[in-house]
Amino acid sequence: MLINLKNVSYTYNLNMPFETDALKSINLKIKRGEFVGIIGHTGCGKTTLLQMFNGLLEPTEGKVFIDGVDIHQNKAKLKEIRKIVGLTFQYPENQLFEETVFKEIAFGPKNTGIKDINQLERRVRKAMKMVEMDYSMYKDKSPFSLSGGEMRRVAIASILAIEPDVIILDEPTASLDPQNRKKLLKLIKDLHISFQKTIILVSHNMEVVAELSQRIIVMENGRIVMDDTPKAIFRDNVERLETIGLSLPQITYIMHKLKTMGRPVDSGVLTLEEAESEIINLINKRR
Amino acid sequence: MKFIRNLTIGQYIHKESTIHRLDPRIKILITLFIIITIFLINTWVGFLVVGIYLFSGIALSKVNPKYVLLGLRPLLFLIILTLLIHFFTTQGEVILKIWILSITKEGLIRGFFIATRLFLLIIATSWLTLTTSPIGLTDGIERLLSIFKSIKVPAHEIAMMMTIALRFIPTLMEETEKIIKAQVARGADFDSGNIINRIKNMIPIIIPLFINAFHRADELAIAMEARCYRGGNGRTHYRTLSIKRNDKLFFIISFLVIILAFVFGKY
Repeated sequence: MLINLKNVSYTYNLNMPFETDALKSINLKIKRGEFVGIIGHTGCGKTTLLQMFNGLLEPTEGKVFIDGVDIHQNKAKLKEIRKIVGLTFQYPENQLFEETVFKEIAFGPKNTGIKDINQLERRVRKAMKMVEMDYSMYKDKSPFSLSGGEMRRVAIASILAIEPDVIILDEPTASLDPQNRKKLLKLIKDLHISFQKTIILVSHNMEVVAELSQRIIVMENGRIVMDDTPKAIFRDNVERLETIGLSLPQITYIMHKLKTMGRPVDSGVLTLEEAESEIINLINKRR
Repeated sequence: MKFIRNLTIGQYIHKESTIHRLDPRIKILITLFIIITIFLINTWVGFLVVGIYLFSGIALSKVNPKYVLLGLRPLLFLIILTLLIHFFTTQGEVILKIWILSITKEGLIRGFFIATRLFLLIIATSWLTLTTSPIGLTDGIERLLSIFKSIKVPAHEIAMMMTIALRFIPTLMEETEKIIKAQVARGADFDSGNIINRIKNMIPIIIPLFINAFHRADELAIAMEARCYRGGNGRTHYRTLSIKRNDKLFFIISFLVIILAFVFGKY
């Protein structure tokens, strides 16, 4: 088991007037190579949960194991954990600070102990190739002279250059234009399939989560309320999801509607392509 | 890495109490007078009078005294430092000698005296901020400063600057925390190394923080402009301040306490 959370609770401002429970006894196991989507209403504890995975926050109760190691038992090992688990926050472009794109992307690997300049260059080249940025064209540019979408890609490349096994992305496509968004989603897919990374993705966009994830975790008020395949979740829990404040992918709504109209379709359809073949089937059957 | 948290200085705790409802102008003025009194009086009895006054004020405000004391924490170092300096540097009757340092009886008394003074000063100011909302505070300051409008003191602009500054303290703290976390996730280490390295390690925090703050300032300016903000001239207030019976009572009692403190506080 790659990531294992045992009975994890977290309280902000413990013993203060503004004490709030963000996580309530979470039990969660994530296997190597999984693609997990996390959805939930704003303030349900998603971001707090993400910070448990790489030890940025220490649970007020419970334990976090990465690769079988209790990560808070030995503080010195936390740095090692961050080599295994890479986390990009929402709007990661807000963390850029270096003079050049090269230095920016090399910051992470340098921190994890890579001193050799050739090796650093190799890592930066590789990370930039992954995010589709031309090395010689961008390496000497200031990150602040780039466009929003490019800045986002540099920020993500700076995590990829650490070469972590697990990549956690918090709302990676927020406020990106359609083109950059498409590119980024393709990259995330690639990371999972070609580079065999374990991916944990948080998004408010149901289409994205439904299409990419193999497993979806639904959170509400600091608890995990559902944990299943996207098909099962979007097929059977329409009302429950809506009371939580979530929705279905638009195409799934259409399929649900067709079903209530008495057509024999699968209401767990999540993508346009699936819906297309489902409807063609339906038409063929009627002939 | 310890993140910035639990900062109670300047924090407002809302409670329904007589103290909370007092006119902020009166509260600011009285706090100012009390601070001056604490600086001027020179006897323990004087301090006792002020101390009793402040703690009954806290009791009346229904704010948990724990939070008042929590406000002391960041300044504890300063208090202990003054205490030690006075212990070792005052001339007089030696009662304890450690190596070349000697503690004198006079130093001991003097040290505790100054520490008490600092303690009371902090209590007085945190009493004000704990029981007065930031809006009330800036409103009060604006009204008090508008007396000086005839000599071209831009009272409204100063108050607006304060409101904005107060408004953005939590935002910027949150942002700092977020940036620290993001850099830690990229393997940055803020806890080890010598002092020069540690200062160098702050760069990945400070640069993004400044850039974001400038962005925010710019956006805020545009948003204010879009809503036709034109400064203080002819601007009215949603909440008008008025002096009520309780305010008068509070003012008179406080003034009596200050006089009393001076009577007992003269050498």
